[in-house]
Amino acid sequence: MSTNGVERKRIRLTVNGAPVEREVEARLLLSDFLRHELGLTGTHVGCEHGVCGACTVLVDGEPARSCLMFAIQADGHIVETVEGLAASDDALHPLQRAFWEKHGLQCGYCTPGMLMVLKAFLAENPNPTEGEVREAISGNLCRCTGYQNIVEAALEAARLLRQHS
Amino acid sequence: MKPARFVYHAPTTLEATVQLLAELNVEAKLLAGGQSLIPMLNMRLVRPGHLIDLQHVSELAGIHERDGGIAIGAMTRQRQVERSPLVAERIPLLAEAVRHVGHLPIRTRGTIGGSIAHADPAAELPGVLLALDGTVHLVSVKGERTVAARDFFVDILTTAAEPDELVREVWFPRLPERSGSAWLEVARRHGDYALVGIGAVVTLADDGQAVAEARLCFISVAARPVRATQVEAALRGAPVTPATWRQAGALVQEELDPPADLHASAHYRRYVAGVLAERALELAARRAQEGAGR
Amino acid sequence: MPTRIFGEPIKRAEDPRLLTGRGRFVDDIDLPGQLHVAFLRSPHAHARARSIDASAARAMDGVVAVWTYADIGPCQRRMPLLIPHPDLTHPYTRFALARDEVNHVGEPVVMVIAESRYLAEDALEAIVVDWEELPPVVDIEAAVRPDAPLVHEELGTNVAAHYVGIVGDPDRAFAAAAHVFRERLVIERSASMPIEPRAVLASWDDTSGVLHVWDTTQAPIVIRNALAALFGLAPTQVHVVAPDVGGGFGGKIMVYPEEVLVPYAALALRRPVKWTEDRFEHFVGTNHERLQIHDAEIAVDTEGRILGVRDRFLHDAGAYTPYGIIVPIITACQLPGPYKVANYHVEFRAVYSNTVPVSPYRGAGRPHACFVMERLMDRVADELGLDRAEVRQRNFIQPDEFPYDVGLIFQDGAPTRYDSGNYPAMLDRLLQEMDYHRLASEELPRLRAEGRYVGLGIACYVEGTGIGPYEGAHVRVEPTGHVYVATGMPQQGQAHRTVLAQIVAEELQVPVETVHVIEGDTAHFEFGSGTYASRSAVVAGSAVSLAARSVREQGLRLAAEELEVDPADLLVEDGRVFVRGAPERGFTWAQLAQLANPLRYAYAGDLAVRPRPWSGPALPPGRQPALEATEYYSPPHATWASGAVGAVIEVDPATGLLQFHRLWVVHDCGKVINPMVVEGQIHGGIAQGIGGAFYERLHYDQNGQLLNASFMDFLIPTAMEIPRIEVSHIETPSPLNPLGVKGVGEAGAIPLPALVAAAVEDALRPFQVHVTHMPLSPDELLRLIHREA
Repeated sequence: MSTNGVERKRIRLTVNGAPVEREVEARLLLSDFLRHELGLTGTHVGCEHGVCGACTVLVDGEPARSCLMFAIQADGHIVETVEGLAASDDALHPLQRAFWEKHGLQCGYCTPGMLMVLKAFLAENPNPTEGEVREAISGNLCRCTGYQNIVEAALEAARLLRQHS
Repeated sequence: MKPARFVYHAPTTLEATVQLLAELNVEAKLLAGGQSLIPMLNMRLVRPGHLIDLQHVSELAGIHERDGGIAIGAMTRQRQVERSPLVAERIPLLAEAVRHVGHLPIRTRGTIGGSIAHADPAAELPGVLLALDGTVHLVSVKGERTVAARDFFVDILTTAAEPDELVREVWFPRLPERSGSAWLEVARRHGDYALVGIGAVVTLADDGQAVAEARLCFISVAARPVRATQVEAALRGAPVTPATWRQAGALVQEELDPPADLHASAHYRRYVAGVLAERALELAARRAQEGAGR
Repeated sequence: MPTRIFGEPIKRAEDPRLLTGRGRFVDDIDLPGQLHVAFLRSPHAHARARSIDASAARAMDGVVAVWTYADIGPCQRRMPLLIPHPDLTHPYTRFALARDEVNHVGEPVVMVIAESRYLAEDALEAIVVDWEELPPVVDIEAAVRPDAPLVHEELGTNVAAHYVGIVGDPDRAFAAAAHVFRERLVIERSASMPIEPRAVLASWDDTSGVLHVWDTTQAPIVIRNALAALFGLAPTQVHVVAPDVGGGFGGKIMVYPEEVLVPYAALALRRPVKWTEDRFEHFVGTNHERLQIHDAEIAVDTEGRILGVRDRFLHDAGAYTPYGIIVPIITACQLPGPYKVANYHVEFRAVYSNTVPVSPYRGAGRPHACFVMERLMDRVADELGLDRAEVRQRNFIQPDEFPYDVGLIFQDGAPTRYDSGNYPAMLDRLLQEMDYHRLASEELPRLRAEGRYVGLGIACYVEGTGIGPYEGAHVRVEPTGHVYVATGMPQQGQAHRTVLAQIVAEELQVPVETVHVIEGDTAHFEFGSGTYASRSAVVAGSAVSLAARSVREQGLRLAAEELEVDPADLLVEDGRVFVRGAPERGFTWAQLAQLANPLRYAYAGDLAVRPRPWSGPALPPGRQPALEATEYYSPPHATWASGAVGAVIEVDPATGLLQFHRLWVVHDCGKVINPMVVEGQIHGGIAQGIGGAFYERLHYDQNGQLLNASFMDFLIPTAMEIPRIEVSHIETPSPLNPLGVKGVGEAGAIPLPALVAAAVEDALRPFQVHVTHMPLSPDELLRLIHREA
């Protein structure tokens, strides 16, 4: 469990439905683990102090900042990232379709965090008001869009998801 | 912005946890939800040799009724508090305030015990606990002890807990009959730490026309959450009228002596504390009259 | 009928990758054997390093190299002065790693290269620097006093540049004026703050002898040419790619120390090396903008007509002037805005301070200019008892007065000459969208009678966009039917791949999905500068348009030859070139590309090989084996977009909080290529403008410490603070370029400080509040209401 005197621990978790097992140093942030150990670079890093929300993933279905978790804390848990959102490249998730349709992204850097927080939010509140959507994404900073089209996209995705269910 | 090395511990029982804490003492930091601690670790502003992760200690989770109030295990996530029907019914001030804690993805990880133990003077949950005269239950290898909220919060990020003690649960008493409460705060942006925040409780006299007891607890106006005790005394027996709330607001501005920081001057905090006091008292009194428990 | 593609709200080609996590930002790229960099940065605003002891750091596990100035070989040269100006008499640039003196908190001093970023940061803590602190210069008003301590001792002054621009006879105009009003106006320091921090990854490919660099830059060609010159390599031996870039807004156009040091490390160590800026580094290591202090005055006649404007301002340049004095020059030239100012005196001093250097951030000097001019216009209206809209209408440049010369030389060295616009119609449209007169005469009085503090504001602006010198584009129709487009301008979210494809698809009448745009990669296009100054659609778009037209002509000529008809008898529609009236006689673009090339490749092409109808070589002189063209577009001068904004804002005078009820924008960027993209640009600019009006400010203390270097304390607005934005367009095409387009990138950011000032002042009329400082804050509003100093 130790190389060069550095303690490493084996963790097992589920990422986007698949089991993952790795040895990690305790201080490795979950964001770095996902991006640089697993190559899931869709989760972005914008501040590493828990404000910008670009690194938001789902842990056991709940949105969480992956920069404010150590990978080791995810041992035994279920993690979902933007890479797991679409069933396949040809079958975008309704949120992804709505973001495309409504021009809900520009540079695309905040987008994965927005998508993941909205996935959890719409699961709990399938028919939100504009105000509720704004509050739901208020922990995710976007510097490009002024949020308006993100809000439109979220409302459109809610409509699409209601039609599906 | 990467944390320095630490040794990670993940005990699964309370007994093992307090044992570890006794051994490591000041060398160790407890990792609850991590939403305040991990930013400081990433910035290397704190650098403990050991981190004790509490997430697997099942004795620390859960919300239950106890001694006529509600006890909440330290590792209960803020989001669970927010969703709890029991909290909404019994401790509406907590239910109202917890929604102001950061943002959704913070509350899913952040815990009630973590927030109480961190003792940020701008944080909501310590303010609620003090407003409601709740208690903090500490545990160590030496045993358990209960500390009243008014004695627990000592200074900025400083509590009465010893280095070998951990917060096991916090307890919120239920409000008396004919009580209402209100949480109001002003922040620069939605979800930011409050520039000023207030938790107000008004308990009406039997006839509903006078104040039997009022409590005013402020956050972000001192090194710890504070009660405006002189204003509370002045409100005892006062009539339930707009003028009472207005006078109380003015008294608040005299009693408080808030600090200045980057986002607000002392003048701003003092003035707005009075404004919020007036508004919160009025709202709490109305809720008391409506019997909504709020 | 030709299919209309230009002007349509076509969904972005960029999105599917970005939505599924398949974007490729610099930090997403990990190369085998890659090393990681962290920098020790100055903790002091002004100091000299007496000694640096890095021995302990060098001995740490996983540390490959620890470099100070002495160790950086060719990077020991001073960093370049990118944009000189004759009035920049005292330019000063830094060393990539401080040689001895540091001039702002955050200046890189030591470079650690290690096996991981975690280990590199561990090593930073083991470095000991013996600092001799020097007096910091922070307050720019104090810095221009004769006895002030100096940022750069050897310059003998803190004034980097002193500029004076005079149009007409301002002194006479002021002497003759019925009224003169003066204002002291301040706009505070801020920064572009993209959500993706900067990053550089470099790798030397020994097989091909090429240095590959991935950089979050807005100007990869500039970086490539700089690196080649610095390292003594041929330009083709340096390959710079700006892949997906997570927002730039100006801050990512520079030649930063890290952009030369990381490639140098890859060369010297023969291993891939990556540096990814963290947010703290971004706050103290990526350029800032905004702080200017203006003393402005306006002279008007009794009817509120402008006779003259005078403005003297101090511009905070920060510690160095690598980007010259572009920002204050723009302020000076754009200050008159859409108004006729026949007599104008503008004068500025760009002042060094021990703070992060200043270079353009979205708006680039224009929000300052607009704030000053619009505050003056509001003042004139209020003093003369005129409606604020009416005063503007009386002073607008009229539609028949274009081209209109402001009389000063703009940032690009060309005249400040407005090419087209219709400002009276623009404001009329705004007032109509707002229902301005009903708002002013009915709704606001009604709300005010309820005790609410609501206010109405308007602001107008112009924006010089699409400056030169030039950009180029390469367009080629492939034998597969795909169309390849390459330009030198990278994007940071502006949808270049979509809008440039629309231009080509319209010209060739092919499906937009068949057009593949590659940008930001010096292996694909080697000439041009980069993405800034709202110029991509104008300059690169025009180059793409010219190249596509050339390819279209080639296709027509070739088809005419093959079909033995006059090119004038051919139509281009539906992806084909065919004879008018006989659609079966013609070719698809794929077939034409095959015809152009005498070679037939496996699997590619459905044309039978026929005997060629000429004798001699298969590829005769003057013919090329492809339908392709490279064209450049160089504008004669900027093309001038414009806009008008309006808002109803409510202020809670008890807390100083404000809330937008409504926010309207009327914008004119000439011909619109993609309305969805244009609106997105406006929304984003407005949001940054709101940030600059009420939330975002960088606070330095008197010691030059940046007090709010985190997202906790630097307040980028969230979705809860940004209101719904109602956008409408008017369209006065630019006569300068083949597309008739004008830039839109910076538009929204420009007028918001002026707008918020106007509306807040109106809301708080009972308190007689006068807004002269941006951004506001709840605290400042209460101080204004309570009349506290």
